Amino acid sequence: MAHASAHAHDDHAHDHPTGWRRWLLSTNHKDIGTLYLIFSIIAGIVGGAMSGLMREELMQPGMQVLTAFSSASDPAAAIDQSYHLWNVLISAHGLIMVFFMVMPAVIGGFGNWFVPIMVGAPDMAFPRMNNISFWLMPPALILLVCSMFVEGPAGQLGFGGGWTVYPPLSTAGHPGPATDYGILALHIAGASSILGAINFITTILNMRAPGMTLHKMPLFVWSVLVTAFLLLLSLPVLAGAITMLLTDRNFGTTFFDPAGGGDPILYQHLFWFFGHPEVYIMILPAFGIISHIVSTFSKKPVFGYLGMAYAMVAIGFVGFVVWAHHMYTAGLDVDTKAYFTAATMIIAVPTGVKIFSWIATMWGGSITFNTPMLWAIGFIFLFTVGGVTGVVLSNAGVDVALHDTYYVVAHFHYVLSLGAVFAIFAGWYYWIGKMSGRQYNEFLGKLHFWVMFIGVNLIFFPQHFLGLNGMPRRIPDYPDAFEYWNMVSSWGYRITIIGVAIFFVNVIYTLLAGKKAGDNPWGEGANTLEWTLSSPPPFHQFETLPKIK
Amino acid sequence: MQEPATELARFGYWMYHDWLTPIIVAITLFVLALLVYIVVRFRAGANPEPSKTSHNTLLEVVWTVAPVLILVAIAVPSFRLLYAEYSPPKTDLTIKVTGHQWYWSYEYPDQDGIAFDSIMLTDEEAAKEQLPRLLGVDNRIVVPTGKTVKLLITSADVLHSFAIPAFFLKMDAVPGRVNESWFNVEKPGIYYGQCSELCGIRHGFMPIMIEAMEPAKFDAWVAEAKTKFAAVPPANQYAQADVAGDVIVRQ
Repeated sequence: MAHASAHAHDDHAHDHPTGWRRWLLSTNHKDIGTLYLIFSIIAGIVGGAMSGLMREELMQPGMQVLTAFSSASDPAAAIDQSYHLWNVLISAHGLIMVFFMVMPAVIGGFGNWFVPIMVGAPDMAFPRMNNISFWLMPPALILLVCSMFVEGPAGQLGFGGGWTVYPPLSTAGHPGPATDYGILALHIAGASSILGAINFITTILNMRAPGMTLHKMPLFVWSVLVTAFLLLLSLPVLAGAITMLLTDRNFGTTFFDPAGGGDPILYQHLFWFFGHPEVYIMILPAFGIISHIVSTFSKKPVFGYLGMAYAMVAIGFVGFVVWAHHMYTAGLDVDTKAYFTAATMIIAVPTGVKIFSWIATMWGGSITFNTPMLWAIGFIFLFTVGGVTGVVLSNAGVDVALHDTYYVVAHFHYVLSLGAVFAIFAGWYYWIGKMSGRQYNEFLGKLHFWVMFIGVNLIFFPQHFLGLNGMPRRIPDYPDAFEYWNMVSSWGYRITIIGVAIFFVNVIYTLLAGKKAGDNPWGEGANTLEWTLSSPPPFHQFETLPKIK
Repeated sequence: MQEPATELARFGYWMYHDWLTPIIVAITLFVLALLVYIVVRFRAGANPEPSKTSHNTLLEVVWTVAPVLILVAIAVPSFRLLYAEYSPPKTDLTIKVTGHQWYWSYEYPDQDGIAFDSIMLTDEEAAKEQLPRLLGVDNRIVVPTGKTVKLLITSADVLHSFAIPAFFLKMDAVPGRVNESWFNVEKPGIYYGQCSELCGIRHGFMPIMIEAMEPAKFDAWVAEAKTKFAAVPPANQYAQADVAGDVIVRQ
């Protein structure tokens, strides 16, 4: 796509801070990208450990694991503590994985690192704002973690109302300050994302190198551009909704309280007006990453480039008008449900365009199966599985049986945990040589892929069966009939954790002993601008702007 | 999926099992087959020279239009199912369902206002009554078979959701609103469901248990229930399900 005539330059003209100043005061998009990636890994460890506790608890019927954290001496009170801990874990797991793991990785991490480079810009448009975007994230995560240790419901610690924070459970149901901590954490993380979105939009629209028209932009840049608009338009709605929650909780308003003329369903509309675009915010950058990798390792340009770009625009647009499919059982009017069924189904069309275009990109290629390509092919297949179950759930008439069951849990983990996360690992292996200057270990990378592929499928595929048989989400203990597939699912987690361990071994190996990566370890297929720079790139690249043919 | 127990659930079951599942399995296998073929045929060893094709208008039109046609094929029965769910026959019996933290209470307004709370049995009690753990309750809902039962569903505190998988029925219990749903059970038997909207500490422990019986037996149950539950003055209907224990206080 984009061919550059530029090469790396020195950065002698600029300040090059070292030590803590380099990181805390950083205005360099690559350093900030690195900070985001480290932050995302830390949050991923926290959120992943929570899923471990949850899967261990669900391994057998009855309460075995979470009871160890109960402090009450009265057995009945102790079991309630463990039930509540369960609710705290599911809530925190969801929020952490969405706001502090996936988003910082794909947007903050890879986006910061590669969007300026791919458009041929020296840095982001607002470098200092970029700094505050990142440094708002740690306090937000700290607030969220703190909320687990202050009172939520009477006599219980932490917020246990789910990542959706539905009232009245999040208002009247949680008199303690835990919910307020959580709301403030979301406010801060949201502000960070809005600032980041403004930065990306400005950078992409104004700072492209000469010759790089919008229709020559690499697809990852397109994906981040669409994502940034989704963030900019949806996050303020979330901010409004949770501010109303905050005033309902603390200042006597009754936006969501029927006793004062409010309506709990209003919150659901506001939340999902944000929440549905949010799922595309997580997956669109993943689409971009996969397009690059598939093209690179097939040694072919992306098939149907314009269709790919505008499919993402279409997904982003339609993503704003389908939100109430999350509310099929809330008591909506039947015609409303019919509309949201039709609108939701339509998303399958641009998504299908993307899947088939990736396949067509590979078709006729000369494919090498390096680790990033394995993750990308894994992504395409597993995202297809998650996509078709999404089509099932889009049918309001069928959803009534599956809503709030494990079928939904399986569906959204297939698109996010096996979709977005696979794309994150794909991007990591694809770009780690560029970012660190050292190449990962191919054997460990492939081993990581296969162990994790088996593990996550074992976790989430059986959850379809649980959901079909009626097991509700968000329960710490289940009727004995659900034991078998829960056991399989929990074993899947144990396998997955081995995969994650292999990943960390590979990370350490890469950074300490990895082979020097060279400017372009992938050869002719890798033709975006980052591969024209040294590995790692100079502190400031493109002091002379590259010209795009 | 659980075996359908109503005509509507049979329609839904058909829609899922015999219509959607074959379609999505076929699509998934199609994508898988393409991927496998590509991996074998177009690996660098087998195909050292990559083609440079990056456009094929016909192909792009096909893979846009074909999914649209598949979606239409899904949508037609899907809308029939959706509208069937909202087209109840004439109501024979009305039951009011109220969600509480963490139990359900039921009222039969047209049967002299029979009203009672329904609380999950402890593991020991369930074992003794030979009911499934976490699903058995002290007072079950009783309905006649072959009759259309209208449910008026609301909540006294936070959101809950009244769900019976075998009936293809799920409706949130929302404070300040009364949501309506319905079912018509064909065969006598016991059917279970669980609260399906996160409602706090014991969200997982407020099951729904419905016994469907022949209309004659149902009438006998109504007569019995009128005396059984009459002892509880309406003002004290709501049990005090204390947060800590399984002790249910009933005055």
